[in-house]
Amino acid sequence: MAGAAIHGRLTWLVAEVVGLVEETPRARSLILNCPGWAGHRPGQHIDVRLTAADGYQAQRSYSIATPADGERVTITVERVENGEVSSYLIDEARVGDRFELRGPIGGYFVWEPGRGQPLFLVAGGSGIVPLMAMIRARLLTGSEEVRCVVSARSLEDVIYREELQRAAARRDGIAVTTTLTRSHPEGWPGPSRRVDREMLGELGWPPSERPLTFVCGPTGFVESVASALVGLGHEPERIRTERFGPTGG
Amino acid sequence: MDGERHLDGNSLGGRLWDLFGREMTDEAGCCGACGAVALLGQLVVYRDAPGEVARCSSCGAVSIVVVPTPDGLRVTFESIRWVDVGVGG
Repeated sequence: MAGAAIHGRLTWLVAEVVGLVEETPRARSLILNCPGWAGHRPGQHIDVRLTAADGYQAQRSYSIATPADGERVTITVERVENGEVSSYLIDEARVGDRFELRGPIGGYFVWEPGRGQPLFLVAGGSGIVPLMAMIRARLLTGSEEVRCVVSARSLEDVIYREELQRAAARRDGIAVTTTLTRSHPEGWPGPSRRVDREMLGELGWPPSERPLTFVCGPTGFVESVASALVGLGHEPERIRTERFGPTGG
Repeated sequence: MDGERHLDGNSLGGRLWDLFGREMTDEAGCCGACGAVALLGQLVVYRDAPGEVARCSSCGAVSIVVVPTPDGLRVTFESIRWVDVGVGG
């Protein structure tokens, strides 16, 4: 699949927007059809390049939100201030628009079903995007036990909220806990504080289970989660981190 | 986001591919300033500059700078002692 693209030039392909999903007030998914796409692994990302009429080009990286699906690639983009690429993708892109992308890129923050070990996924904000590709892949073909903690400012900021609820409701080995750090509805049954060591100890796997852990979110979030996990006794080399990954700009 | 302007070295994966012709984010590199060894995907990348500045995640020294030019890219290897390039695939 991705093996064919390991060596050689990473070529720009032309993708067409075939669907749009408003995920939250600040995040939108773009479903792209990309002829020539060679497939990818959950956790990988793409480069997007926009070219203005005068030739000016802007290039940014975005995590892929879905597992491999032929020539389909879905990205989820969050609004960033003065983001010259993200503002186009969020406010202007319409079905039928075309732009250039290349990939897949990334060999470290990557997971595929079939490894067998339990999986622990910890997301801060839009850090859920590459982790969602892993959850979706697990739902399609995997059997691994997955525990996932999602931290968001408020309920309406939780990207993929309903899909995460449905995944957990299947009760076939995927558990999702959402913590809301700024505001929460009255009677909110879940945690309402930042992810801390106690929460990770309670909701994650014991180190003896040797889980594979993926953490993605803002830099401060990722660093505090990773060091708390090491403090709990998890092996550092089994904790993979992505600092706000390629979802910005 | 929220004012956090730096990204992971993973976001530089496409540029590194331009330079090396292959996936490089999971290859190790050694900081020329402090000697720390880390995966290139773990570099800390800043995009506020005209281009991209990758710094060592241990000591903050500038490792690699990539600036677009009218003809392509100018890449400065500011402070990186070595990088691994796996050739087995």
